[in-house]
Amino acid sequence: MTLEDVRKILDAEFIACGELLHRDVKTACGSDLMSDVLAFVKPEGLLLTGLTNPQVVRTAEMADLGAVCFVRGKKPDKQTIKLAEAKNIPMLTTPLSMFESCGRLYRDGVVSCFECGK
Amino acid sequence: MTAENKISKVQELVYEIRVGDVMKKNVITVGPQDRMSEFGKILREKRISGTPVVDQGRLMGVISIDDFIRWLAERQEDCPVERKMTKNVRTLYADEPAVQAVNKFDQLGFGRFVVIDRRDEKLVGIITKGDIIEGLLKKLEVDYYDEQTNHRTIQSFFDDVLADKAALFFQYSVTGHDFNKAGETASRIKTTLKRLGIAPQIVRRVAIATYEAEMNLIIYTEGGEIRVRVEPHKILVRVEDSGPGIPDIEKALQPGYSTAPEWVRELGFGAGMGLQNIRKCTSKMGLMSVVGKGTQLRMNISLDDGVASETN
Repeated sequence: MTLEDVRKILDAEFIACGELLHRDVKTACGSDLMSDVLAFVKPEGLLLTGLTNPQVVRTAEMADLGAVCFVRGKKPDKQTIKLAEAKNIPMLTTPLSMFESCGRLYRDGVVSCFECGK
Repeated sequence: MTAENKISKVQELVYEIRVGDVMKKNVITVGPQDRMSEFGKILREKRISGTPVVDQGRLMGVISIDDFIRWLAERQEDCPVERKMTKNVRTLYADEPAVQAVNKFDQLGFGRFVVIDRRDEKLVGIITKGDIIEGLLKKLEVDYYDEQTNHRTIQSFFDDVLADKAALFFQYSVTGHDFNKAGETASRIKTTLKRLGIAPQIVRRVAIATYEAEMNLIIYTEGGEIRVRVEPHKILVRVEDSGPGIPDIEKALQPGYSTAPEWVRELGFGAGMGLQNIRKCTSKMGLMSVVGKGTQLRMNISLDDGVASETN
């Protein structure tokens, strides 16, 4: 599915790089622990998180993530949004909880991008 | 790229590519109430051999040139296509991997499948074996092009230097406790390595490892230096600070062991995974520390085995 599909499924809105709405999303993960994201995530995945500091954008940049979606209606500050724009990392925000967001995406065919033991 | 890993690349791609990525969209359709005579006109004008029969987006059946010929031969009255179409059509979902489509083509011997959306079961496209092959070739071409261009810059640079040993060296200063700038050095290193044409998998590993090291400098020290040395076959990164040092290195290397204060954890770090992460991303890693003096972290990322061993 595309980021635009994700936006619809999660009743979300774009807060950075909305022009990249056609970017493909096949995998996703939900985590507030950036070290875990850096350790286990495969490139091009979507990160769902409740953290809104600039480190989320940095983590997305280093790990080549496809996009970030903040849950429970959270929004990062302007500086963080600017950083995401500069790094071409699309960001969305959804009013849904982490659990509900992950559940809806999983139901619609998005699989985990965490590389855990089978 | 050897012939062997090219084959596995195709196998990998068949799983990676989705039916929706390679199918033809903008499908010509007819409604169930359209007459057979109109359908004949569409066949002639559009030069196609059949179309899905769709009612308000929902797939009702498929009508083909065979159905049309049969109807002609039987010299029947003009009638709605729904009376002549094939019902219970086998379909594919747009989000299924292409390998699923390949298997179904083999099993059922069909020339094409109608593709529907998993959520609302509405028609979204049509797929033939040719579409899958075309999609695979396109993807292979892009990957091949990436690999070609990725090795050119740095390789040609080292080729031009006539010396027994050649290396590219750059250095960064990191200020301790400055969280607003955390990640900036890793970002600059990543951009630089990308520009040098290092393979993306390698760049990602160096970026993640230096980011974790940079976070350690910012969380625990007054600051330090990160030195990067790019050689023809490896990248060496040295991270040095002047204190406070690690009292028990063995403990520090255990996954989950952390001395980070709560506010660092709130930033999404300090879970005791940093050094583990660095180890995972590097070919070799060395950590030396003297309490009160400082810590030196050395990482070695091989450019040769990198692509093969990369599973991330």
